[in-house]
Amino acid sequence: MSSTVATNTSRFAADLRDSTSPSRKLRDKLFLTGLWVATLIGVLTLFFLVLSTLLKGYTRLNLSLITNFPSPFPEDAGIQAAIFGSIWVVVTSGVVSLFIALGSAIYLEEFASQSSRFNRLISINIQTLAGVPSIVFGILGLAFVARGWLGWGFTVGTASAVLTMMVLPVMIVSAREALKAVPSSLREGSYALGATKWQAISKQVLPAAIPGIATGSILGVSRALGESAPLILLGALAYVSSNPSGLSSDYTVLPLVIMKYTQEAQDEFRAVGAAAIIVLLLLLVSLNLLAIVIRDRSRKSW
Amino acid sequence: MVENMNKVMDAGVSSAAPTSDTVRGVSLRTDNAQAGSAGLPAQEMIMESRDLQVHYGDYLAVRNVNLQIHRNEITALIGPSGCGKSTIIRCFNRMNDLIPSAKVGGTVLYRGIDLYGPEANAGEVRRRIGMVFQKPNPFPKSIYDNVAFGPRVNGKPSKSETDELVETSLKRAALWEEVKDRLKQPAFSLSGGQQQRLCIARALAVDPDVLLMDEPCSALDPIATGRIEDLMHEIKGQYPIVIVTHNMQQAARVSDRTAFFNTEVDADATRPTGVLVEYDATRKIFSTPSDPRTEQYITGRMG
Amino acid sequence: MNSSATEKVSLQPSGLKARQQRIEVVIKFALAIIAASGVLITTGVVLALVRPTIDFFQLVGFNEFFMSTDWFPLYEPPDYGVWPLVIGTFTVMLIAVIIAVPGGLAVAFFLSEYASPKVKRFLKPLLEILAGVPTVVFGFFALNFIAPNVAKKIWVFSDVGFYSALAAGITVGLMILPMMTTLAEDAMAAVPRALVDGAYALGATKREACTGVILQAGLSGIIAAGVIAMSRAIGETTIVLLAAGNTANFSFDPGVPMQTMSSFIGFAGLGDQPTGSTGYMTIFAVGSMLFVITFGLNIFSRRIVTRFREVYE
Repeated sequence: MSSTVATNTSRFAADLRDSTSPSRKLRDKLFLTGLWVATLIGVLTLFFLVLSTLLKGYTRLNLSLITNFPSPFPEDAGIQAAIFGSIWVVVTSGVVSLFIALGSAIYLEEFASQSSRFNRLISINIQTLAGVPSIVFGILGLAFVARGWLGWGFTVGTASAVLTMMVLPVMIVSAREALKAVPSSLREGSYALGATKWQAISKQVLPAAIPGIATGSILGVSRALGESAPLILLGALAYVSSNPSGLSSDYTVLPLVIMKYTQEAQDEFRAVGAAAIIVLLLLLVSLNLLAIVIRDRSRKSW
Repeated sequence: MVENMNKVMDAGVSSAAPTSDTVRGVSLRTDNAQAGSAGLPAQEMIMESRDLQVHYGDYLAVRNVNLQIHRNEITALIGPSGCGKSTIIRCFNRMNDLIPSAKVGGTVLYRGIDLYGPEANAGEVRRRIGMVFQKPNPFPKSIYDNVAFGPRVNGKPSKSETDELVETSLKRAALWEEVKDRLKQPAFSLSGGQQQRLCIARALAVDPDVLLMDEPCSALDPIATGRIEDLMHEIKGQYPIVIVTHNMQQAARVSDRTAFFNTEVDADATRPTGVLVEYDATRKIFSTPSDPRTEQYITGRMG
Repeated sequence: MNSSATEKVSLQPSGLKARQQRIEVVIKFALAIIAASGVLITTGVVLALVRPTIDFFQLVGFNEFFMSTDWFPLYEPPDYGVWPLVIGTFTVMLIAVIIAVPGGLAVAFFLSEYASPKVKRFLKPLLEILAGVPTVVFGFFALNFIAPNVAKKIWVFSDVGFYSALAAGITVGLMILPMMTTLAEDAMAAVPRALVDGAYALGATKREACTGVILQAGLSGIIAAGVIAMSRAIGETTIVLLAAGNTANFSFDPGVPMQTMSSFIGFAGLGDQPTGSTGYMTIFAVGSMLFVITFGLNIFSRRIVTRFREVYE
C-alpha cells in the first residue's frame, strides 16, 4: 500500500441537497399527475357506473321484479323468465364445459408429454379461441347449432352449446393450472405404492386440485352469465314470458333483457333494465365471493 | 529536519494533525484512533455508519454496524451468507428505500450529512454514492446509451459532452479499447466480464464520490474477476470503494480494511440477526484477528 | 417340496392389475378425444365462415363489397359496400385505444413503481371488479352517463348526437382499461428488478426509471398488450350496438352514429334472417372479415412477443 498523504482533495462539497433542474422536477410532477389522472378515471368509472345504475333502477327494486314476467306495463314487468333462463343456460354450459375442460386438462397435464405436437397444437388452439370476438361464436352457433347440422333452433340447448365453446378456453387453462399446482410428491407417493396413473390421478391429484378447479369453474360461469353478444344471434331477445322447462325451450337471459329494456323509449322500462343490472351484478358478486371463499379456505389447508 | 520528515514518511503516518472539519456540528475524524487501522496511512473519512441496523417488517436483519469508509481505500465486507452485508451496503446509497418493508435505524453519514435526514435528497445520494450489482445489469440499450444514461437523467449534456463522458468513463473502466468501435451495439452483446465493466463505467459516468460493489465478481469467471480486481486497484485513488464479497481471498487481495459479519440469534428473535463482529485493517484481520469468531471464519475457509 | 423350479417369475401384472391397466388405456384415449375437441371448435369456427362467405362473394362480388361506400344490405334494393363498417370499426377502435392504452400503461406504471402497498390493496381489486362487469352493463353506462355527460361535453369540434361513435368508443375504452392495465403490469413485472435497481442507483427518478428503462425493457410485452386491446375493441359488439346507433354512416365524424362490423352482425341477427338469404350471408361475410382481422392481430401480437422478447436469464 502506498503511503498516500491525506489531503482533502475532494471535488465534492458536503451537500446532498437536490440539485436537479426545475424542468426535471416539473416533468416528474407532470408524469405523476398523468398517472393519477388515469387511475382516477378507472376508479371514477366504476363509481359512476354503479351510481348511475342504482339511481336509475332503485325504483324497481322490489320483489315483483323477480317474480313477474314481461308485461306491456312497466310497473308489472319482471325478469323471472330471464333469471331462470340464465340459470338454465349457465348451469348447463358450466357442467358440460367443466367435463370437457377437466378431461382435456387431465390429458394434457398428466398423460401427454409436455412437448408433444398434440399438446402444443391444443395450446395454440386455446390461445386462438380466447382471442376470437364473442359475436363470432354467435355466428358459429347460428350456422351449426341453431340451423345447419344440429338444427336445434333458438333454444336453451343451443345457447348452452355456444356458451360452452366460449367458456372452454378459460376453463381448460384454469383446470391445467389447478393440476399443475398439485405437488408432484403427491403423485410420486402414489406410484411408489403401486398405483396406476389413473388411480393416482383420481384418488390423489384430483381431490387436491378441486379448490382450484372449483374457482376456475366459477369464473367460467361468471363469464357465461354476463355474455350477451353471441346470444343476440341465437334468439334470446325474443319476448319470452315463461321459464324454460327443458333444453328445447325458448329462453332469454339477463344480459339480453337488460339490452332490451335499456333500449326502450319509456323511461319506466329503462328503470326495469337498470334494476335487472343490479340483480345481475349481485349474482356476479356472490359468485366471485364464493370463489374467493373457496380459494382462501383451500389455502389454509395446504 | 529532513531526516525527521523522512522518518515520518517511511513510517507511513500522516503528518497532518487531526483536523476538525466541523460540518453541521459533526466532527469529521481524520485520525486513525477509532478504526484501529494498524499500519494504514490516515485518510479522510468520507462515510460513516453509527449503530446502523435494518428491520424487514418485524425481523431485525442486521444490527450494530459501525463502519468508517476512507478515501483512497477499499473496504471489504465479508462473512457467511445471510448476515446482512448486502443489506448494509444498500443502506449506504439508500437503495433500501425501494423495499417497502425495510426500516433503517441508526445513522449513516456522508461527509457529516445524515443520509436519511431532511438535508439529503435520495437521487443526489445515489448519484454521489454509486453502485455496481452482483449480476451485471446493463440496460437493454446500446453500450453508448448505457453509459450515457446517468449523465442524461442528471443533466442535459450536449452531444459532445456526452461523447467525452462516455469515452472517459469507459477508459476508466478499462473497457474503451474493446468497445470503442461498436458503441452503438447492444450492451447484451458483450461478455459477462465486459458487461460488468460496462456497469462500472456507467456508475463512474455520473462522477460519484464513493463506489459500492455488491459481490461484483460472483457471476464472473476467474479471468474477468482478475481484471475487475485490477481495475479496483487503479480507481481506488479516485473512488473509495466498499465491496461485499463472499470470496475471502479476494478480500485479502484487494482491500485495505475488512469488516467481518456474522449471525447471532438474539434472545427474543426467531431468525438470526447479522452483526458486525470485527472491523480492522485487512492485514490484521487476516493474520491476527481480535475476535475468535473472525479467526474461526478465516481459518475454516482457508485451512 | 421343490416347486419353485417350475414357477415362472414375472413382473407382469395379472388379474386385477392387468384389467386396471387396460382401463387406463381406454381412459387415456377418451381424454385425448376430449382434448381434441378444442381443436374441433376452432376448425368449426373457420368452417362455419368459409362456405357462406364464398357464396356471398359469388353473389355480390368483390367489387361492390370493397369499392362501394353504401352499406344497406337489409334494405330493398340492398347496397353492399363495406367501407362504412370499416370506418365505423376503426373510429370506435381508435377512440377506445386512445383511452385504454395510455391509460392502462399509466395505471400500470403507477402500480409498479409509485403506489404504496395500501393503495395497491384498494386499487387492484377495484380493477378486477371493473374487468368483470358485463359489457351490457357498460352499454347501459354508455347510454345513460357517457353520452350525455362526457361525449357531448368533451367533443368540441362538432355536435354529438344521442347515439355516437364517440360515446361508444369512450365506453369501450373504459371497459378495456383494466385488461390493458393487467397485461402491461405483467409485462413490467417481467423486467428483472436488478435492471430497475440499476437505474435508481444512478440517481434516476421514478419517472426516469419508468420511461427510460422499464418501458424499453418490457416493450415487447407492452406492445403485445396494446395489440390485444385493439383486437378486443374491434370485436366489441354490445356496447356499440346500444350506444352508437345502428346507421352505417360513411363519416369521419365521431359525433355521428355509426355501425361497426360487430354491431352490424348483432343488428342483423336481431331481425330474423332466413337461412340462405343474402342478409343471412352478409352476416358471414362480415363475420369472416372480423375473424380474419382479429385473428391476424392476435398472431401479430404473439409474433412480437416471441421475436422481440427481451431474454433475461
